[in-house]
Parts: sequence; C-alpha cells; structure tokens
Amino acid sequence: MKHTISILVENHAGVLSRISGLFSRRGFNIDSLAVGITDDPTMSRITIIVNGDDYTVEQVEKQLYKLIDVYKIKRLKVEETISRELMLVKVSCTSENRGDIIDIARVMQSKICDISSESITIEISDTTDRLEILQELLRPYGILEIVRTGTIALQKGNKSIC
Amino acid sequence: MITVAQAMVRCLERENISVVFGYPGAAICPFYDALTKSDIKHILVRQEQNAGHSASGFARITGKPAVCIATSGPGALNLITAIATAYMDSIPMVIITGQVSSERVGSDAFQEADIIGASEPFTKYSYIVKNPKEITKVFKQAFYIAGTGRPGPVLIDVPMDVQNVKIDYNYPDEMKMRSYNPNMKGHPGQIKRALTAIKNAKRPLICAGGGIFLSNAKEEFTEFVKKCNIPVVSTMMGIGALPSDDSLYFGMIGMHGVKPANVALMESDLLILLGARASDRAVCAPERVNETKKVIHIDIDPAEIGKNVDADIPIVGDLKNTLIEMNSKVCSPKDNEWINYLDEIRANTQVKEKEFEGYINPKAFIRLLSEKVDDDAVIVGDVGQNQIWLANNYNVKQGRFLTSGGMGTMGYSIPTGVGAKMAGANQVISVCGDGSFQMQMMELGTIAQNNIPLKIIVMTNNRL
Ligand SMILES: Cc1ncc(C[n+]2csc(CCOP(=O)(O)OP(=O)(O)O)c2C)c(N)n1
Ligand SMILES: [Mg+2]
Repeated sequence: MKHTISILVENHAGVLSRISGLFSRRGFNIDSLAVGITDDPTMSRITIIVNGDDYTVEQVEKQLYKLIDVYKIKRLKVEETISRELMLVKVSCTSENRGDIIDIARVMQSKICDISSESITIEISDTTDRLEILQELLRPYGILEIVRTGTIALQKGNKSIC
Repeated sequence: MITVAQAMVRCLERENISVVFGYPGAAICPFYDALTKSDIKHILVRQEQNAGHSASGFARITGKPAVCIATSGPGALNLITAIATAYMDSIPMVIITGQVSSERVGSDAFQEADIIGASEPFTKYSYIVKNPKEITKVFKQAFYIAGTGRPGPVLIDVPMDVQNVKIDYNYPDEMKMRSYNPNMKGHPGQIKRALTAIKNAKRPLICAGGGIFLSNAKEEFTEFVKKCNIPVVSTMMGIGALPSDDSLYFGMIGMHGVKPANVALMESDLLILLGARASDRAVCAPERVNETKKVIHIDIDPAEIGKNVDADIPIVGDLKNTLIEMNSKVCSPKDNEWINYLDEIRANTQVKEKEFEGYINPKAFIRLLSEKVDDDAVIVGDVGQNQIWLANNYNVKQGRFLTSGGMGTMGYSIPTGVGAKMAGANQVISVCGDGSFQMQMMELGTIAQNNIPLKIIVMTNNRL
C-alpha cells in the first residue's frame, strides 16, 4: 500500500541526510522523495511516497516526527489530495513518426519542450498514473532518457498542514 | 570580545558543568587552552571511549547532561561506541569534538572524519558550527535537547579556525524551538482510562523501565505502586526503581530474567509499562503480549509506543508528571490474591546454589556483596555473565544499578564508575568480567592520577 506523507522541516543543511538516513536505517521503503523551499524561507516541505502496511507507516511518521528538525508531519488521504509529478521524456523520432508523437503528447495534455531532427523532449506534469501511461505510449518509438521529480502533494480545499 | 573557544568554556560554566572528560589533540587545542583558565575540572581519560562512558556515569548520577571532549578524526571516532551506548540508554550528554579547519572540511584533510555523519544514527541531534556567532545558541540548544524529552547525546563539532574567531559573548537565557517541543504532560482522558483499566484488572502488573530514573520519578513511582498494591517487575534498565527486596518486586523480566517475573508477565491481565520500551531482550514474544492482556504504556517518546507491543491505552508524557497526576486520583489498593500467588512462585523457585571446593559461587558472592556495601552504593555492571549475576542477585537498596542495557557494551563499568564517583556518588563499585576488565584497564591510570576512590571487582572465570 502506498502512502503520501507531507513533512515540514527546518531548512538547515543536513536535514535531508537525517531523513534519508532514517529511512534506510529502519528499512522503510520510499518510492519517491521531493523537497523544496516553502513560502517561509526557513522551512522546507518534503513529500514522501512510502510503501508499507499501517504499522510501518505509523512507525515512519513517529520516527520522522522524533527528528528535531521536523516541524509538522501529516499522512495525506488519497481522496483528499491533489498530487502531481513532473516528468521530462526524450523520445527518438523520424520525419515519418514525428506527427504521431506530437499527437500523443497533445492527447496527454503534455508539452513539447524541445525538438530536433532525431528527438522530441516532452514535459508532463500530472499524476503518477498518467505519467506512466504517457511513458507506455511513447515506448514503441524509443525512449532515450527519462527524468522524474517525485510526487508533490497538497490537500484539497482550504486545509493546510501548517 | 572573546574567542569562540573561550565562549565554549563560558557556555559550559553557564550550564554549571564542573567536570568534563576528554582527550586533547590538534583540532581541539584552542578549546583546551581556554579550558585550562577555567575552574572546570578536566579528567584526562586514557581512550576517548572512556570519556564518553564517564560522562554517561556522571549524567546518570546527576540527571543532567554531562560533557565529553575529543579531537577530530581518530579522537572523535573513538567516541562512537560510547555515544551509541548512551543513545541506546537515553543518557543526556553533550559531546564536543574539534574538526579540521573549515576550508579543509571535505578534502580528506589530516585527521578529518565526518563525525556528524558517522554518529548521525545514534545522536539525538548534532551541529557543525560554521558560523562563529552561533556558538552560544548551539550550546544552549545542545544542552536543552540533550536533557529534555527523551534524553540523549548531542554532538557539537567545531572546526579549529572557528574556535579562534573573536565574537561578542552572549548566552541566551531561554531556549524555544518551534520544531522541538517534548510532551511533558500525559493526556488527562487517557490517564482516566488507565485508572479505570487498573481498577477493573484482576492481575495487573507494572513493568518498570529506565525512564523512571530518567524522569527522576522514583518517589512518585513508589507511591503509585504502594497506593495501588500492584506487583512490579523490571527491565534491566529499571532495576532499582523499587528496592530489590521490596515485597512487591518480583525481579527482572526477559531472556536473562527470573522465573517469578516472567510468570507474572505471562499471567497478568493488564501490563503497565512505565518508561520501558519492551525491547527484544525484555519481551521475547511481543506479539503474544497483546493476545492475553491489555497494555497501558506510558512513555515520553511517542515512537516507542506501539513499536514493540501495541498499547491499548497509550500515554505520551513525562513519567514524573504523569505519575503525580495518577497518584492524585488513585482510589483503593488491589487485594492480595494475585500477589500471594506470585509470592508462592517466588518461594518455590529459590534454588540452593551448589558450592564447589576451591571456587566461589558468583551469585552467592554478589548477594554477600549486597550486604556489605552502603545502602546508597552505586553498582556499575559490565556486560556478560557478570552483568546477569548482578542483575538477578544484587540487592539495590537506596542506590543505583548502572549498566549498558541497550547496547551491551563491554568496557562500560570502570569508566562509568569513574563518572559516577566524580558526580558525587558516595560509594561506587564497578563489577566487570575478566574479559571486559582488559578492555578498560587503561583507566586504572586515570583513577590513579586523580585519586578516584572507586572499587573494582573482577569476576574471574577465565573465559569470555
Ligand atoms: C565491545 C563488546 N565486544 C564484544 C561483546 C560480546 N560479548 C558479550 S559478553 C562477552 C564476554 C564477556 O566476558 P567477561 O568480560 O569475562 O565477562 P563474563 O561473561 O565472563 O562474566 C562478549 C565477548 C560485547 N558485548 N561488547
Ligand atoms: Mg569472564
């Protein structure tokens, strides 16, 4: 079972290493981790997608909360959450199939951000599922490179974790 | 203006540190130079690990963070075992290490080691001081973090060049941290539920852990036990919470524990864990605990609740405060039926030790030792058979039994005894094995040099 955990942490050097160290040390599996500064420059927000049963995720939360630099932590419920991930994917193309690839990109509401005679780079910001659909659709053309940011998430409505 | 090194010494003075344990080296020299001008007594250990253990002994007697010091690289690395040992037993400690000059950090310079990274898994928190102006804030925070909540070691790594920078000294009076607020009071609703569960239980049992000492709650604990008339068992860290010969004390639980304690644990219908984490040595089959009984778990560290055993009634909070609250509400004492039953088991498990010609029975020796020492003696056990002999046969009265419970670190007893003695304990006796004695016998030098009246007993069995 996948869980989305949002964490507000002090924006210090070394915080990320404490957090990732905790995951490896305690044998927790993370699918993705995304981190960035917030509106308050002294605070960063981390979004972690973790795989595990309820016991494991509760342990993850409690152990994370125990870290001195962790200010807030919340497990986000899927149905109450908007989550997005950004992917850049570079596909090889020829003059014959370029149009097909552009069509796929358009249908998937993604963006062409670079094009050359032999490749197209597409940018998509969507749910992880939709990223994977695009990836499958592009696979037959030859994926040259992929890079993903990991999921970020916010609660729906006016709720906030702070 | 004064140097950062001088400021560090002043910070220690402000924290009422009277004794520190350490070993010098190049990267910590500016601090050592400043320290010589202070009234703080420096105990030169013979290996840095022992500075850590001595600080541990000091802290366990005073209940306040104690200080150890090492230089960069090998000095800091020698401290690692002691830091981890303190972390496992939640001992408040501030560790000061020198580091190579800032501009060399990260270049594999001479005697450079990433002590922050290396100790990260077993420090409560750590700092590398890059901005000289932050030194006083770092010290204030370090002592605050080490000594509050669930106590633990906090490390401060100070590059050599930073130690020489001149700053305006200004020690903060108060420390508030938005991301660190240990919960000091148990939830009143949960306390009420706990008291109801105790009232309804037929065979309640209290398991005393090291948290009782850490929160300085021995008195409140004793009051609670007597008011409720509930039998008590302990983990290794909880030994001495009640005097070992108290009629309500049934001994240490677990793999190395005694039968009456383990029977009590098995047959109880309500287990009250007080500042104990039910580690694998204490509770061998945690999953079976919840099958047969309700669990009340009181601990200051929420992460311990539900980690090893599920708690039906979790109470997060400082044990002393929580027990005061509970004591004010406890109603009538339990009847003696369950206690009488356990008494019978205890009476039936007294085995007569065999005597062998030419040998001293270690258990009998420990029992005799209990009779001879002062009532407030501090006994420091090492690790191995000697430790288990002590745990199960030494009679703690008003004093303490100190040992490395969580990490089981051989070589703990003598340096920790030194620390306990320096902290003002009346009579301190370190008991070690013939193996562990040889891991720490260099500290005889420290003891001789400083004239420390520590008694050492070596349990010679000619084997590890
Ligand atoms: C630093 C360290 N190394 C190894 C061990 C593993 N170990 C635990 S008990 C023990 C034997 C201890 O022998 P001794 O000190 O003679 O005590 P005895 O058991 O004989 O009383 C060993 C090697 C340990 N606990 N700590
Ligand atoms: Mg031996």
